[in-house]
Amino acid sequence: MQVIKQAMIVFATLAFMTSAYPANAPDSAQPPQKLLKSTADHSKFKELQQEFASGPEVTKACIGCHTEAAKQIHLTQHWKWEFRNPDSQQLLGKKHVVNNFCTSVTSNYKACASCHIGYNTDGPNFDQTSETNVDCLVCHDQTGKYKKPAGFAGNPVVKDTEFPPGSGKIIRGINLSDIAQKVGQTRRATCGACHFYGGGGDGVKHGDLDSSLEAPEKALDVHMDSKGLNFSCSTCHMTEGHQVPGSRYAPTAQDKEAAHIRGKSDKSNPTTCQACHGQAPHKKEAKLNDHTDKLACQTCHIPAFARGDMPTKMSWDWSTAGKRGPNGKPLVVRDEDGYDTYLGIKGDFVWKTNVTPEYMWFNGKVKYTLSDDKIEKANQPIYISKFEGSADDGKSMIWPVKLFRGKQPFDAENKTLTINHLAGNDDAAYWKNLNWDKAIAAGMAAAGKPFSGKYDFIETAAMWPITHMVAPKDKALGCSDCHSSNGRLEKVDGIYIPGRGRDHIALLDTAGWALAALTLLGVIGHGIGRILTAKRTH
Amino acid sequence: MARIYIFKGFERFWHWTQALLIISMLVTGFEVHGTYSLLGWHKAGELHTTSAWALMGLWVFAIFWHFTTGEWRQYIPTTNKMLDVALFYAFGMFKGEHHPYLKTKNRKHNPLQRVAYLGVKLFINPLLWCSGLFYLFYNQLGAVGLGGVSLGLIALAHTLGAFLMLLFLIAHIYLGTAGHTPTAHFKAMVTGWDDDVNEEPLGAKAQ
Repeated sequence: MQVIKQAMIVFATLAFMTSAYPANAPDSAQPPQKLLKSTADHSKFKELQQEFASGPEVTKACIGCHTEAAKQIHLTQHWKWEFRNPDSQQLLGKKHVVNNFCTSVTSNYKACASCHIGYNTDGPNFDQTSETNVDCLVCHDQTGKYKKPAGFAGNPVVKDTEFPPGSGKIIRGINLSDIAQKVGQTRRATCGACHFYGGGGDGVKHGDLDSSLEAPEKALDVHMDSKGLNFSCSTCHMTEGHQVPGSRYAPTAQDKEAAHIRGKSDKSNPTTCQACHGQAPHKKEAKLNDHTDKLACQTCHIPAFARGDMPTKMSWDWSTAGKRGPNGKPLVVRDEDGYDTYLGIKGDFVWKTNVTPEYMWFNGKVKYTLSDDKIEKANQPIYISKFEGSADDGKSMIWPVKLFRGKQPFDAENKTLTINHLAGNDDAAYWKNLNWDKAIAAGMAAAGKPFSGKYDFIETAAMWPITHMVAPKDKALGCSDCHSSNGRLEKVDGIYIPGRGRDHIALLDTAGWALAALTLLGVIGHGIGRILTAKRTH
Repeated sequence: MARIYIFKGFERFWHWTQALLIISMLVTGFEVHGTYSLLGWHKAGELHTTSAWALMGLWVFAIFWHFTTGEWRQYIPTTNKMLDVALFYAFGMFKGEHHPYLKTKNRKHNPLQRVAYLGVKLFINPLLWCSGLFYLFYNQLGAVGLGGVSLGLIALAHTLGAFLMLLFLIAHIYLGTAGHTPTAHFKAMVTGWDDDVNEEPLGAKAQ
């Protein structure tokens, strides 16, 4: 019995081998089949082979299989637009902060929600519990055709629509079925569809994020280099269960952890440089590793922001808004590159490319000035967001920062920043009527906040960490960029920088050189004396 | 007076290599300090560090040499004739007098030289070495319990040492011309042969 069993096994094995062999033959004439990385081809799903009349219909189909996806999204800042800072207890997020770009989303949801990952986001009380209102496509679109035009509360337009009504401008409808059948992982362009355009346009807000990162060259971003490492955003912002790490509301300013490694339980923020590069990343020149205790990697490795030939806004003065052109429409002034330097609906802007950052100690704590905080004109500029930190708190690193300056309305009696109603087709919207009284009153009413009726403009400033657009190492800062007087770190206190004149003990240098000069004069005098007396003696 | 082989091969190699390294470290060191820009900070820093390691290596050999040959005794300070030597440089030299110190092979440094060189060896050099090593290993100081020492203080000590070395160098080079001919000392330091040396008294030892 045993023998027969063994013989059968041997026979079966041989049979299998012979039948398998031809398929593995290296001289097979057929080209190797391209390996699909995804295990699912969404175009083959019956659920997606239908006309979709709205976004929520698509989501309904998505969550039919991806049963937990919408619930995961509900837990995110991306969805809630809200973040309670666990340290400061400040209630932050788009829903709550007032910035010095378009100031606030509160009464402007229909426009602002084109960057919300949800549908029907028509106001601050949008339905946060609806699963079908989660917008899967905005992040997972692979076609580049998915659009959420401003004014539609975060909804895509599926049929050609005149907008604003009566304007004669037609927004073309998009084919949701086609887009849904081609979904895939997030890409630079999908994240960028919102994050590159923050502040109301390409490159406006961050300075280190703009559409030049959709397909960057190595010189612009060594990691995202589309012909090289080709990182997507999520390569660093490693996401599990839709929870995207790496928010600037509570950034990791100092990461003392070792590089993450498979098999090890890594609890630290995966988006930091150190999460891959560790604490001693410089192999050729070990001395550079002596800098990693005080300097954020970004300080040397991002020598400038807005390097992709795309400018970023450096200041925005709302106080000059309101001018109209000869045609009665809000005035538009553009620079020679076609960028708006003045808009009647927004005021004056300054744009800059290749901007040298400001440098400062930063411990990861950001103090926001929120709409309830009292502000005084005497304390201008008011820091909308201010990085905290110092040389000796043990938690700070020197960071590159975009300092964005603004001048914006505030309640002159209640001494608070105002919520301004800007977008909309209604009478109070500032972009419609250029009337601050109405716009502020409507904005404050929408926010449920008191408005005295008296407004003025106040200078503000906001800090943005610079962390993207990492240059190749040969483009990083050199020693003398900081080891010099009037160098990059001239204003950074609490640290001795060899080569920086202001760190010298002036007395030592003066006395040292004076004594050296005196000694030199002394020996020269002595020598002359010897020459003269030698002549006399001989 | 006799022509005597007074500076041995290693001594001359040590002296001139040290001279080269110290001058290069002064030049690069003050650039690192921020006094001027010459090579560029990066190159200056690299050259400074490389020179430092070379000089430390040289010093290991030099210390070994001094102790095994007994030449360290050349630096034992003495007040004997110190005033005479000082007065000679102040006055006698201008009158064409001969140097009051009669050097021999085993007592080749006059009292002022002895005290100056000893000062360099026991004060300026250790100050520069210690502060320099603290500078180089600043980030590792915490690991040996010296984390509280600030870089500013280390740099202050190092700069002080550098100025003292500069003063020594200026005086030393000038006094090199103060032999019985202006080039005599330089020749002796290059060839090892000095023709202004006294014969060793019989049975005399370095003191």
